[in-house]
Amino acid sequence: MKIFHRMTLTAASLCLAITSAYALDGDAKAGEQSAAMCVACHQADGSGMNIQGGESWPSISGLNVEYLYKQMKDVVDGSRNSPTMMPFLSMLNDQQYKDVSVYYSQLPVTQGQGDPDTTEEELALGKKLATEGDWDRYIVPCSSCHGPDNLGAGDSFPRLAGQHAGYIADQLHAWQSGRRNNDPQHLMLAIAERLNDKDIRAVSQWLSRQPAK
Amino acid sequence: MKDSKKFLLRSVAVAVAASLLSLGVQAEQRFPVNNPEVKEGQFVHVPPTMDDLEKSDFHPELKRVIRRGHDLFVNTQQLRGKNVFNNMNCNSCHMGEGRLPFAGPVWPAAVVLPNYRGKNDHVNNIEERIAGCFTFSMNGKPPEYGSDDMLALTAYHQWLAKGVPVFQPGGTMYGRGYKRLEEPSKEMDYERGAKVYEANCSICHADDGGGLVQREEVVFPAVWGDNSYNWGAGISRIFTLSSFIKHNMPLGRPNSLSDQEAWDVAYYINSQERPQEPRYTGDVKETREKYLETFHKHTNYGLEVQGRLLGDHENLGEKDFLKPDVLRPRTYTAD
Repeated sequence: MKIFHRMTLTAASLCLAITSAYALDGDAKAGEQSAAMCVACHQADGSGMNIQGGESWPSISGLNVEYLYKQMKDVVDGSRNSPTMMPFLSMLNDQQYKDVSVYYSQLPVTQGQGDPDTTEEELALGKKLATEGDWDRYIVPCSSCHGPDNLGAGDSFPRLAGQHAGYIADQLHAWQSGRRNNDPQHLMLAIAERLNDKDIRAVSQWLSRQPAK
Repeated sequence: MKDSKKFLLRSVAVAVAASLLSLGVQAEQRFPVNNPEVKEGQFVHVPPTMDDLEKSDFHPELKRVIRRGHDLFVNTQQLRGKNVFNNMNCNSCHMGEGRLPFAGPVWPAAVVLPNYRGKNDHVNNIEERIAGCFTFSMNGKPPEYGSDDMLALTAYHQWLAKGVPVFQPGGTMYGRGYKRLEEPSKEMDYERGAKVYEANCSICHADDGGGLVQREEVVFPAVWGDNSYNWGAGISRIFTLSSFIKHNMPLGRPNSLSDQEAWDVAYYINSQERPQEPRYTGDVKETREKYLETFHKHTNYGLEVQGRLLGDHENLGEKDFLKPDVLRPRTYTAD
């Protein structure tokens, strides 16, 4: 049984690896060309930018390919409201979404940034929410879906570790306000609406400081 | 009910309200927790947290042991291959560090035991109860009675029960166990269950029930197959699983499925294959019959579902033994 089990595990992880690399029929080379319009904000290396007090641009390098593709489609269909992204996405077609997703998913992961003035107390709260949650308020830990060290899990739960704090905070607020409504089964929305502003700042700042790989 | 208890309860059952109050004005929640209301006369206990432990005046060595128990509880996979032979943690079913009402909070075990238990027809203490979890739900081999790990786990249970009267009747406890749902209005249905599973569960637990392991860590536990609980686990009973699902799943959205959906999907999940029942006699129908009244009348083990006789195999999952030696009858005879 033991041997059988290990074999299944190996076979399963192999399958997974193959799936994540090829499930999406996109071409990285073509994606690089289409991505020319993306670099103004997301930068040539996909690192984006943390902008204090403004709209931060997420780092998208090394993110899950399926996740990237879905986000682009969701912006276009309106379930994820992004006036910034919309004009750019309307210039690309579905194949180009796939190409760009494959391209960025294959770039090396970059480390995000946060507010250097974050207090130790805020970081402690952020760490607690991200790794243990606050069950008395039914806030489940981020890592229970976003995976070990919040580095992402499967196609649906993106990496949070090392993402820009400004972007994470903005998304959590977007779920609260309804600007973002595209999470599968509203698993994220349900948690986001239980967070207060203090929680959001704390968890975003802590996550941004965690190793992105 | 005392006012203080009412207040405590609110902070758990209607947890959301507290955070909303502190926020001032906020739109009504789209996905409230909606746990059942407290009934008159129910005993409400809000278990202490690990932060409370640090602030307590316990001896540092006791704190260390309780911390170890907590660590084992939330990351039981550290015992993989020794005591645990599937992808489960204690925390997988006893969610929120074993503190959450309607998710099998574990503090009751510390105060209702020793007690008679129908499943093995004798009086069990807390160590033996925990040994049951390891044997069935973790498809494993319990830590030795009196071992460091067993002591740490029981100490953590007792910490969570801080302030609860010993032998407080289990039936009075708010949120204890997995509250049995009303019987389904329509007979449970495999095909409907499959649809509920696909729409609500498969995003995490996968189409094949295998869950998700990422970077060698379990993210989402397997709900059937070799890495899931075995045919003797409490949650292989359909009424237990349906209640767990209703009150806890999908994660973060408790009480969002209808009772019928919870019954159907529990029927579907518990009609899939899983490792052999440790009390297997060598014949599935015989084993079902032997433990029918005390257990298997609530499972599909040994029944034919979708043209398959469930549990009719020798598959032990990852382990290489059927039943751990520590499971044994007690007699209390003079010799």
